[in-house]
Amino acid sequence: MRRELRRVTGTDGIGPYTLLRVARGRLDAGAPGQFFMLEARGRVLPRPMSLCLASRRELAFLIDPVGPGTRALCSLEPGNELHILGPLGNGFDLDVRRPLLVGGGIGVAPLPLLSQVLRAPPAVLGFRSDWHAEAAVLVPNAEICIEPILVTDLLHDDRHDILACGPEPMLEAVRAIAPGAQLAWEAPMACGYGACHGCAVEIAGELRRLCVEGPVLRAPRGRTHASFPDPLLSNAVTAQG
Amino acid sequence: MNEPLLLNASGCLDALEAPDVARSLDGYVTKTITPEPREGNPPVRIAETQAGMLNSIGLANPGRARFLAETLPRLRDLGVPLWVSVGGFAATEYAETCAALDGCAGVAAIELNLSCPNVDEAAESAAEIVLACRGATELPLYPKLSAAARDLAEAARAVEAAGADGLSLVNTMRGLALDPVTLRPLLSTTTGGYSGPALKPIALAAVFACARAVRLPIIGMGGVSTGIDALELVAAGAHAVALGTILFSDPGAPARIRAELAAAVVSRGIKHPRDVRGVAHSSLQMADSSSDNRRQKMPGNGAKLTA
Repeated sequence: MRRELRRVTGTDGIGPYTLLRVARGRLDAGAPGQFFMLEARGRVLPRPMSLCLASRRELAFLIDPVGPGTRALCSLEPGNELHILGPLGNGFDLDVRRPLLVGGGIGVAPLPLLSQVLRAPPAVLGFRSDWHAEAAVLVPNAEICIEPILVTDLLHDDRHDILACGPEPMLEAVRAIAPGAQLAWEAPMACGYGACHGCAVEIAGELRRLCVEGPVLRAPRGRTHASFPDPLLSNAVTAQG
Repeated sequence: MNEPLLLNASGCLDALEAPDVARSLDGYVTKTITPEPREGNPPVRIAETQAGMLNSIGLANPGRARFLAETLPRLRDLGVPLWVSVGGFAATEYAETCAALDGCAGVAAIELNLSCPNVDEAAESAAEIVLACRGATELPLYPKLSAAARDLAEAARAVEAAGADGLSLVNTMRGLALDPVTLRPLLSTTTGGYSGPALKPIALAAVFACARAVRLPIIGMGGVSTGIDALELVAAGAHAVALGTILFSDPGAPARIRAELAAAVVSRGIKHPRDVRGVAHSSLQMADSSSDNRRQKMPGNGAKLTA
């Protein structure tokens, strides 16, 4: 297992997010839903980012600058270098008959590649503002809603195979409607490759490492913030650092 | 001459998940083993900060019985000398695990984790725990002490007198990170163990102080991310260096740091990192000297540095 040094080929601002494009070289793109550990040089920890788009020459990651590591990544300029390790974890099971993509906020990150691979299935995307919703441009065939309207308000039938990524409350709500949905979760990680046990979350009643077991799960997941019944906290994006 | 040079800090590496990383070290220090299984602390366990990171894993481990029956045989297959990190909540618990490890094939040494900031501490002092363990095993005992000790040099002298074979310095420091939006703790346990580059000066000071206080070999750790960082710890008095947080960002760090150390050694016109051991003390009188035959060799099968 080796991290690679790669050059930034471009950065695009999309609403509050940055689409960071990186020279692919011989890196395996993996499957939609898998993630890479990205670290701007000089930072302390890499940050887990699901792959957003892949071409023969580039890998692209959609990043929300919410902590020191993600801010450093979003500050990179073309020609700068960064460390990259991956692909890691388990992605979406692509053997689905009637896929419906569901995303919330920065959780849209893995959906552009997923949409490409599944040939542009319908998608439902939720954002907290029009500005955040600019990210919807990356996902074709998407129906968009802005808070207070929620993605679950737009999920009416159970005939679809749902593949979803977004904040914990959204994923919980999606699962309540569609228990068989494939859900891509987030957890703060240090290593991303199973060594540190930092990303352990409750999976099927046990604390298990999300980087190894997930991030895409069908099994039930316990709530991360059960001990902090604070509505502010449940909306906070803690996973990206 | 066959002393280990690079180890990992206990708790930082699940060798069964990353066997290549473990094999690139001169010895693998296990996650801390307690008598009973521990699920560890609830999420969130990791927080990134500006100059380091906080962890609150909480000594997640399968417990002594399953470790001995299932984990240890698999670790043995790695072919790397094993340092088993032992934890507990009373001196008797530490001693029982040491007794169980005594005579186990593949176990080179025992680290006594006396300073995890994320769990309750045993009521006994570090020296009392070392004394209890000394009676339970002939394996080398390396108590892991915290730089937060009120008088670290005194603690080091006490564990030396109790029969320790070496010191492991330092553990993480207790720290707190708040969510900038909610102003609430990021970690479920509120505080966690602070590690990363910010810990290096603290580790250097601890190794420096203990090298002057005791005659024991020291494994230095805290914020090492380059070969020069490792060499500085050796200069402060460490016999070996352990890697922690850097393994999370760079699984290839042991090989890279070994190469950087080799280059640093060449550029200084010396033959081995140990040739600078203690030079930070320069004109000051060291507690040890190279002719001191009381000093014990560290266990291991040889450093891989070729310089």
